[in-house]
Amino acid sequence: MTTLDLAPKRRRLFDGMPLGIVISLGWLALVVVVAVFADLFAPAHYTTQDLTARFRPPILFGGNLQHVLGTDHLGRDVLSRIIYALRTSILIAVLGTLIGAIGGTLMGLAAGRMRGIFDLLVMMMTDIQTAMPSLLIAIAFLAFFGNSIPLFIVLVSLEGWERYARLARGQVISEQSADYVKAVEALGAGPRRIVFRHLLPNIAAALVVQATLNFPGTILLETSLSFLGLGIQPPGTSLGLMLGEGRNYLLNAWWIAVLPGIVIFMTTLTMSLFGDWLRDRLDPTIEREG
Amino acid sequence: MTVQSLTAIALRVLRSIFTLILCVTLVFIVLRTAGDPVEQLLPPETPPSVLEEYRVAWGLDRPLYVQYFSYLGRAMTGDLGVSFTNNLPVSGIVAEALPRTLLLGISALLLASVLGLTFGIIGAMRRGGPVDRGVMAFAVLGYSMPIFFLGIMMILLFALQLRVLPSSGAKTWAHLIMPTVTLALPLAGRIARFARTATLEVLGKQFIRTAHAKGADQIRVILKHALPNAMVPLLMFYGIEIGLTLSGAVVTEAIFAWPGLGRLLVSSVSARDLPVVQGVILTVTLIIVLSNLVVDMLHAFIDPKISLSSTLGGTR
Amino acid sequence: MSTPLLQARSIARVYETNRGLFGRSAGVRAVDDVSLQLDRGDTLGIVGESGSGKSTTGRVVLGLEPPSAGDVLFDGQPIAAHGTPAWRQSRTRMQMIYQDPLASLDRRLSVAAQVREPLDIHHIGTVEERDARVNDLLQAVGLSQSVTQRFPHELSGGQRQRVVLARALITNPSLLVCDEPVSALDVSIQAQVVNLLTDLQAELGIAMLFISHDLRVVRQVSRRIAVMYLGRIVEEGDADDLLAKPEHPYTRALVSAAPSPGRRMADRQMLRGEPPNPANRPNGCAFHPRCPVAIARCRSETPELLDLGGRLVACHLAAADAGLAPHAATVPDRAKTQQVEAFAP
Repeated sequence: MTTLDLAPKRRRLFDGMPLGIVISLGWLALVVVVAVFADLFAPAHYTTQDLTARFRPPILFGGNLQHVLGTDHLGRDVLSRIIYALRTSILIAVLGTLIGAIGGTLMGLAAGRMRGIFDLLVMMMTDIQTAMPSLLIAIAFLAFFGNSIPLFIVLVSLEGWERYARLARGQVISEQSADYVKAVEALGAGPRRIVFRHLLPNIAAALVVQATLNFPGTILLETSLSFLGLGIQPPGTSLGLMLGEGRNYLLNAWWIAVLPGIVIFMTTLTMSLFGDWLRDRLDPTIEREG
Repeated sequence: MTVQSLTAIALRVLRSIFTLILCVTLVFIVLRTAGDPVEQLLPPETPPSVLEEYRVAWGLDRPLYVQYFSYLGRAMTGDLGVSFTNNLPVSGIVAEALPRTLLLGISALLLASVLGLTFGIIGAMRRGGPVDRGVMAFAVLGYSMPIFFLGIMMILLFALQLRVLPSSGAKTWAHLIMPTVTLALPLAGRIARFARTATLEVLGKQFIRTAHAKGADQIRVILKHALPNAMVPLLMFYGIEIGLTLSGAVVTEAIFAWPGLGRLLVSSVSARDLPVVQGVILTVTLIIVLSNLVVDMLHAFIDPKISLSSTLGGTR
Repeated sequence: MSTPLLQARSIARVYETNRGLFGRSAGVRAVDDVSLQLDRGDTLGIVGESGSGKSTTGRVVLGLEPPSAGDVLFDGQPIAAHGTPAWRQSRTRMQMIYQDPLASLDRRLSVAAQVREPLDIHHIGTVEERDARVNDLLQAVGLSQSVTQRFPHELSGGQRQRVVLARALITNPSLLVCDEPVSALDVSIQAQVVNLLTDLQAELGIAMLFISHDLRVVRQVSRRIAVMYLGRIVEEGDADDLLAKPEHPYTRALVSAAPSPGRRMADRQMLRGEPPNPANRPNGCAFHPRCPVAIARCRSETPELLDLGGRLVACHLAAADAGLAPHAATVPDRAKTQQVEAFAP
């Protein structure tokens, strides 16, 4: 559906892309490639310890080629850990975004289409989501149910689901009275056809933009929870967890915490830039920045 | 105040209460589906007869709906149970931490507002220039910055390298500086961006008149036209930001060992002190619902045209 | 005599309007006591100003909106309830053309995809058959092969309306309701599309309900014409006859307001007074505030639609002129008349 929507415009969409966006996309591509092929890139396994080589600094700060980004308190290679942590964090953020986007969109579509009790229920749930930030809901669930990866992914997907739901619902309600929807209805089309063949493609661009803008929030939710020690548990690793562990050694081994922090920051920053740019390009109703 | 706007306010209050009840219900459901609190709390080798005694003592033997309504009733009257770890009433523990979180949150909101509004308005006035680009860069850096990373960088710089600020605790006013700045900077980024867009919108409408206006004139136009016009969207923006600020406060407090609700939440989760966890969550929810209610009231006050349907309706 | 294709019996359509949460709800009667009949292959035009209920009538007879009173028979059978599988199935037999072709097309789908959609919906034919039929239809409405992969915004207004027409005709419907099909088009294009409509109508033998505010266009397409005012039919009859000799003062005003060659502007009789508002319907004859010949009775008593020798007119004065005593030959229910006619030799 998305490709269908973007295809006729592709040439215009990527015409005259600012340098900042090119760099951002480059970084994001690098992140994806490194995350997918972590085994090829990592010089060592992320759990390999070498207690004789603890707290080695990065190469530019007096370290050596064996550990380009230094080692941590257990002598594990920081570069390797960052690569595997990136894989975990990106995987969880991507899955969380997908689940949140698909779930939220479906709920919104159904609510807008059916109205009545179901609509009321969905709106109540978005009200709760607004009243309780997703970080708090996630902490509560993790506290009560204990930590597990599937639960963790579902909780991460909570970030922003209500925005997809509201967006989809609002669009369905406004589009539903559009003439073309009435016309298709008068052709005898069932609700499923109307929603998936006509309404969804017409809001796909807005949903893609929303997902792009939402992705940094999803990464931040995952890394925050892991940072607090409530997300990914050792021996697993995630960028947030690395920061959480590294903050205890700030005084003599700042790189353990700072380097994964920079990776997180770069990723959320480039994604935000790309999302803003995409929204300006796809939604002509919003004023172009600067 | 017309009858209609009073009805709108009454309905809004009812809706807030309803949202609160929903949240309490959600917490209750989570609490009960999470498993038997007695088994979770007591050591595994506890004999079944003792477990049963505890169940009766905590009312867990009663029908679920009785438990629900008594839970709801107690939650509404502020009785949040007793901590598993130190047997103190949860309400007391929460009441001790709450003011510190409010202090942190409010000072961060103030700092972020001053920075964000100033930068945003200046950026809009110098649209397209280097100052504007600087403001936009600040904004995007701000709202993409993970709070925990910012906090760690601050500790590294100001506490460990320069040794000018304390890195953790809440003993002196100096302890407040780093958590406040950490919490405020991302928020300031979002506010700057919002204020810039809002100002540009109003300046766009005033385009003819401001085309030749310079300096002081422009500031006067902004203060006279832009700010009042931007009040309503700004209020709604703040309504959303309060929740985010409280989320941020949880992380900030954990980094700087600021003894507020957030740190209490994280430590009680680690200790599986479930009554404290639910107490903190309900308190935070209450704060957010109340502040959203206040925002809506102010909204109705500033813009009397507030329609009943927008208050009632799900479309936001 | 076979059953008429479409029969509407005393249909009404009331919209509930809420005035605030605690305000009393008031009903707006968009359509009131309208009876229509359309035979296979026949054409009926409905003329009226905006707010006359002509579009609502069109939607009700198509089963797109339920009547608040009365009923609609299609092929002698009541139309199934809106949204049911039977109702959806019935869509293949009745179709609608809209005023704004761009709005009634999905801007994200190609012309070919939209024209074949009814076949996809109702699972008619194989994929190859569907594509072949799409090509046939596009050709029939005068569109070249080159537009099939285009998108609605890339077409001209006339081309768009042809696409809508092709989509409506692809299932071979027996009834086509056209709601102001050309009023959004350029005047130069209007004639082309109207000609296309009449040609296809005659060629395919489709019954057509043609709704418009434009008498000239309606006359070109319709064998019979019904004039609506504030939700009611005020006059109905043979198209040429009705336009040549209008009986109802409102029809007279419409006819004289329409520019026509060979008549001087000075002879034109203009409508005065407020345009009709269904939410505020006058008592008695709804037209009386604007009627040049209204008498006291028009203010209090709603005139019935009477058969004055092949012409149906709802006007106290016209009835009196025709020598009909009030109430003597009233026809409260047109369906009854039709039954009587049906029994006549």
